[in-house]
Amino acid sequence: MSRTTPTEDLLRGIWKENPVLIHMLGLCPALAVTNSVANSLAMGIATFFVLVGSSLLVSLLRKYIPHEVRISTYILIIATFVTVADMSLEALVPTIHKALGAFIALIVVNCMILGRQEAFASKNSVGRSLLDAVGTGVGFIIALVMMGAFREILGSGSFLGVGLFGSSFEPWVIMILPPGGFLTLGLLLLGLSAWQRRSAGEGMA
Amino acid sequence: MGDLFWILISAMVVNNFTLSLFLGLCPFMGVSSRIETALRMGMANIFVLTITSICAWFLNTFILVHAPYLRLISFIVVIASLVQIVEMIIKKASPTLFRQLGIYLPLITTNCAILGLAIFQTNRGYGLFQGLSFAIGAGLGLTLALVLMASIRETTELADVPDLAKGTALTMIIAGSLSLAFMGFAGLMSSS
Repeated sequence: MSRTTPTEDLLRGIWKENPVLIHMLGLCPALAVTNSVANSLAMGIATFFVLVGSSLLVSLLRKYIPHEVRISTYILIIATFVTVADMSLEALVPTIHKALGAFIALIVVNCMILGRQEAFASKNSVGRSLLDAVGTGVGFIIALVMMGAFREILGSGSFLGVGLFGSSFEPWVIMILPPGGFLTLGLLLLGLSAWQRRSAGEGMA
Repeated sequence: MGDLFWILISAMVVNNFTLSLFLGLCPFMGVSSRIETALRMGMANIFVLTITSICAWFLNTFILVHAPYLRLISFIVVIASLVQIVEMIIKKASPTLFRQLGIYLPLITTNCAILGLAIFQTNRGYGLFQGLSFAIGAGLGLTLALVLMASIRETTELADVPDLAKGTALTMIIAGSLSLAFMGFAGLMSSS
């Protein structure tokens, strides 16, 4: 792995290597809970907490974890943080916990988190692992909120529960239903690759 | 019996794991380019889901009543190790079967569909037989979604799609249309 500066560690995950939009990791939560901005935000923050917590612990313990059982150790560490997040959300914001349902528990199997532990936290110092985790976590929140905003604005005509268009707006109910999740991500990816192509084209000209 | 049948149908088409609950998307995107691979992946999924359901029922009934906060951790550990053991047994007992399913088993040991099944089963308070029919229904549903997706993708490979849409974007939009079609099954439940 090439040496990178701490700033790059932080910024990389946010946009250039965005976990959802570029690497296609953590798709299940990104599609399942983004039917409103509030849900996306809660899911994003919970995942952020788990990612930062487990990165911290994994990089602290990286010298003591035997290579053969590293994956199972990571999963146990992640599962512990998810249990904490699950119980805190249930106590603090019961309505959102109910709306997210089983998907909070499913953060455990979010491949993005395990991927960061295996690819970064297990090989780097505590500080850099934290920066990397914060960057990736913020990137995840951005992707989720983007999808949540798109779906909530079109599907319910509101943003964070505040109506935007008045009573004459006919909501596209399909956007907040499951097919809307797939379609939104598909369109987002299309837009992204069109944009990348355009900027690459300008670079050559 | 009618109850069990409805649980199976509901998990298979109405609340299809992949297309309406977004569980198990990684294999859905990864191995859905050939029908044959998709079918084998589906079989492996049915197999692991069934084991999971039995495990989850056992843990919930006998062990987790005393320590509910250990639920997530114990589900993962027990399911993962049991699948490994069964994998070894199959390897010894039936090498042909192992060649068919073997390479897919580690991939799905604990993906979100598997853990999702265990959690849903717990939340809904299913018993052993209800859980089993839920697991088989969910597995059949996953297989159905995988095979449908694979057959569409085999066709689109030969079609002349715009360069921009090739790859994941196209797969997502196809999945969206499939999911739309599966929403039609929702009528099945309310009319019964």
